[in-house]
Amino acid sequence: MPKDFVKTLADLKEEEVIKLTKERLEAGEDAKVILEDSRKAMEIVGNRFADGEYFLPELVYSGELLKQITELVKPHLKQSAETKRLGKVVIGTVAGDIHDIGLNIVDFMLSVNGFEVYNLGVDVPAEKFVEKIKVTKAPILGLSGFLTLAFDSMKETVEALEAAGVRAKIKIMIGGGQIDDEVRKYAKADAYGKDAMAAVSLAKKWIAAK
Amino acid sequence: MGELTPAEKREERFKRWLSPDVKFSSPQAEKAYKERVTRFIKVIQLKEPDRVPCLLPAGLFPLYYSGITLQTAMYDYDKLCQAWRKFLRDFEMDTSFGPGMVPPGRVLEAIGYKLYKWPGHGLSSDVTTYQCVEAEYMKADEYDALIKDPSNFWLRIYMPRVFGAFEPFRNLPPFTTIEEIVIMSFLPYGMPDVQAAFQALLEAGRESMKWMAAVAEVSREALEAGFPPIMGGFAKAPFDTLGDTLRGTQAIMMDMYRQPDKLHEAMSRIAALTLDSAVATANASNVPLIMMPLHKGADGFMSIKQFETFYWPTLKKVVMGLIDEGIVPVLFAEGIYNSRLEIIKELPRAAVVWYFDQTDMARAKKVLGDIACIAGNVPTSLLMTGTPQEVKEHCRRLIEVCGKGGGYILAGGASIDEGNPDNLRAMMEAAKEYGVY
Repeated sequence: MPKDFVKTLADLKEEEVIKLTKERLEAGEDAKVILEDSRKAMEIVGNRFADGEYFLPELVYSGELLKQITELVKPHLKQSAETKRLGKVVIGTVAGDIHDIGLNIVDFMLSVNGFEVYNLGVDVPAEKFVEKIKVTKAPILGLSGFLTLAFDSMKETVEALEAAGVRAKIKIMIGGGQIDDEVRKYAKADAYGKDAMAAVSLAKKWIAAK
Repeated sequence: MGELTPAEKREERFKRWLSPDVKFSSPQAEKAYKERVTRFIKVIQLKEPDRVPCLLPAGLFPLYYSGITLQTAMYDYDKLCQAWRKFLRDFEMDTSFGPGMVPPGRVLEAIGYKLYKWPGHGLSSDVTTYQCVEAEYMKADEYDALIKDPSNFWLRIYMPRVFGAFEPFRNLPPFTTIEEIVIMSFLPYGMPDVQAAFQALLEAGRESMKWMAAVAEVSREALEAGFPPIMGGFAKAPFDTLGDTLRGTQAIMMDMYRQPDKLHEAMSRIAALTLDSAVATANASNVPLIMMPLHKGADGFMSIKQFETFYWPTLKKVVMGLIDEGIVPVLFAEGIYNSRLEIIKELPRAAVVWYFDQTDMARAKKVLGDIACIAGNVPTSLLMTGTPQEVKEHCRRLIEVCGKGGGYILAGGASIDEGNPDNLRAMMEAAKEYGVY
């Protein structure tokens, strides 16, 4: 059954997977195992996205299914499930910009790939990024921006990290609507990623190099 | 224009565009106007013009150029117009565009607009642009209401949600209840909160007139000086109308799975409304081009199959409807459209302009070159962070790749609101220097 569950969730069969979840809970299965299976399914979703089989609608829909399953499973959890994480990543949309579609996709993809993500949301002032980097000691920062005004906000954020003396300890990736390698040079970030998969491979590469 | 074919209707509209009802400031201005418009007409017709026309991606750049903030411009119409005049004077463009994209702040305040944030209202006062706030303004179970009676849906469900001042409209009875001897029909309009909502509406109307008077004068001056407006109005893809400002991105993507039939029905309902309003604005402006900014059908957003199923059919319906009226849709494909080129080429020849943001222009020319005029795509990042020499060189290469045989407009990707003005000048220079046929 667990294998079917993983496949059913990865194939986004809403009614079936919710029914399966309820059946497994009624049969007294360990809630943690169900969550672990859900994680495996999300990994498949992530891979299909990376392979160009799935697109944003599938990511959004799978996220919604995961939310429903988690809600069902939660009351049965004896303790909070602890999962081993690859590393910490702080992300957010830079000051002045309130767009978050891309940001949330990056959040989702990093999370299903095992990263502990601190998503600061939109219109994040440079100081807030600095503070979060200091508090979490995350080695990676992802800056998102959709509008052209983000070019300067990204630059200012990088400069604020320099001024706070933490720039050298972290790697910074940027991405979003009009962001490209020109902007990477302008903002003095370490890398530009063209999509959420690029964010994952950059994060994996940087964590491995630590 | 009953018996004319779409191509004949287009010719009629082109003729009117060439001879606007205006007194030009000089014979030279009139000559230059005709040359500029002819240049655009020729590339749309896939013929060789005298040289490659250029469309500067200047957006709200005139404000930055003149040293005023968007916040100032939204509240001080004189300063807004001064800034625009300065920009239009200093940049000898092939086109003109008025300050109408800078909305009047007091109008947005009067109606308590929630769909947008602007400097001083949700955004810091130095921000260079206003921004849309995505949310589920239409709920998952409201498709039937929209499909059954869009006007009623807008008035009593949508507007109370996006305009704080129109909250009381929720309580208005549908106008279709008005019949026979009207006894109770107007009672709701006597309620104090409804009256306050109408007062806000009147105030928004009064303020809009002031703004319009200022803005229209700048546009008229530009026209008299020989600079043609090239956008006669706006229209959107029905998928984006629903996805941007009604359901929101996340919700519409769930609808693709959970209620695809309703989504399709709502999109075709919206397509008809979009078409009507776009034709009306093109008629009113006497400019035969309609700008269609496309958002959520780009590469990466959805699969090719989803594009073909959900995005393209109703967009095509709007596009074909405009073409049938002799109007030229300018389809601005934001993001990347590399995998869509083979699908979007299925349109009548020389009837639309495809304006690309980050699409591979060599491939676009190859696939679409015999079918449609293409425009684009000096990268926004280069325009904002590069040197004039780099911009000019990029333009030279674009003209080389896309200019063969005509059918090409030199343009930006997305538009810029700040940066080195010489980078915009470099684009105009490149068109004049490298774009001559």
